[in-house]
Amino acid sequence: MQGEADRVIDARGSYCPGPLMELIKAIKEEDVGTVLAVLSSDASSAKDIPEWVKKAGHELVGVFEEDGYWRIVIRKSR
Amino acid sequence: MKNIVVIGGGVGGTLTANYLASKLKPELRERKIKITLISATDKQLYEPGLLYLIFNKMEESEIIREIKYLLDPDINLVVDTATRVDTSNQVVETEKGSYPYDYLVIATGSKVAPEEIPGLKEGGHWFYNLEGARKLRDALAKFKGGKIVVGVMGVPHKCPVAPIEVSFMLHDFFKHLQMRDQVEILYTYPINKVFLMDSVAELVADLFDQKGIEYKTFFNPIEVDAKNKKIMTLEGEEEQYDLLIAIPPHKGSDLVINSGLADKGGWVPTDRFTLKVEGYDNVYAVGDATNLPVSKAGSVAHFEAEVIAENIAAEIKGLPPTARYYGKTMCFIETGFDEATYIWFDYETPPKPVMPSRFIHWTKIAYNRLYWLTARGIL
Repeated sequence: MQGEADRVIDARGSYCPGPLMELIKAIKEEDVGTVLAVLSSDASSAKDIPEWVKKAGHELVGVFEEDGYWRIVIRKSR
Repeated sequence: MKNIVVIGGGVGGTLTANYLASKLKPELRERKIKITLISATDKQLYEPGLLYLIFNKMEESEIIREIKYLLDPDINLVVDTATRVDTSNQVVETEKGSYPYDYLVIATGSKVAPEEIPGLKEGGHWFYNLEGARKLRDALAKFKGGKIVVGVMGVPHKCPVAPIEVSFMLHDFFKHLQMRDQVEILYTYPINKVFLMDSVAELVADLFDQKGIEYKTFFNPIEVDAKNKKIMTLEGEEEQYDLLIAIPPHKGSDLVINSGLADKGGWVPTDRFTLKVEGYDNVYAVGDATNLPVSKAGSVAHFEAEVIAENIAAEIKGLPPTARYYGKTMCFIETGFDEATYIWFDYETPPKPVMPSRFIHWTKIAYNRLYWLTARGIL
């Protein structure tokens, strides 16, 4: 699978900004270098999460459209 | 005899119990059912009143009532702290006793957790509980000018619009004191807009611009440096303040967490339409306690209580329970000391705020008094 992750945050069924807030909570707990994948069924996450990742100075590994949901993969960079 | 137990003496618990008592009056009188409400305190606080208390616009005596005077006299009020829900034996354990149930309603609410942001307890204020509101009232009265940061430090939190309202009210408060030019107001929000919902975010950003209230988005505080009066964020920013009005992270009650009824965030997984706790046919959750993607607001608890009471009453009467909650929410939004708007929405219908007006503000002020009729199940 493209964009393998160390930790998967399954936020499917949660609406904006639920998936982003779940990611924010998780990123605080992980070390620099950790790759996290957020699964979200809310289309706006595919736009909002990359925007936040850029602002917060992390690396966007990719946004992958799966069957009925998005998988947004990021690397904690600082 | 069937036992209905409600845990929690806030809006959701009181209303559910009162609606049940009203729908099941004959069954109560014939002792076919018993309704017990367990509350950790003997008083109820009208929490929306705290927004007014910090500006000295409402007194404590106006926003606190004894629960026994709010409840239908046929409801058995138990003032005691529930310590555990034993779902396999259908019993609620409290510090002093235990209460078996045939139907259980969890109305245990949410609470602020300032301890989750290091330094916030020492360096910040909040108005989301009575103790915090009292301190903030004093701090605002003594404020000599400088920078006030209104910082939302996590979602979900109670009354999603209150941080917006307090920012608008701060503007008018200092205008009336002839100090507005000496006060900088900065509003911060965790996501990339000033509110969760687009239509509200657009209106609010426009009003912030008109009133000279600054705002920053994608702003997630991780630490407060109380000594140097600075907020550090996950995005790597630092923000100086003279007075910090925080909306601290919220969490669910210890009872649901300790009873294994909560998700990771401390919220009770609840069916969004039937309001039954997932995995249980006779346990319901109402108000802030749920994990539903709706506002943690009094109106939500009110509308949910109607659905739960109708369905439990129907089951007791041998009728099919057909009431469903559709996400109905109604919030007033004060846009200052003299004007307000409101939003109404549900799972399918996004909100459309109307132009702020004095009339809507007066309606809100009237409702602040009328709420005690809502709590009694009358309005």
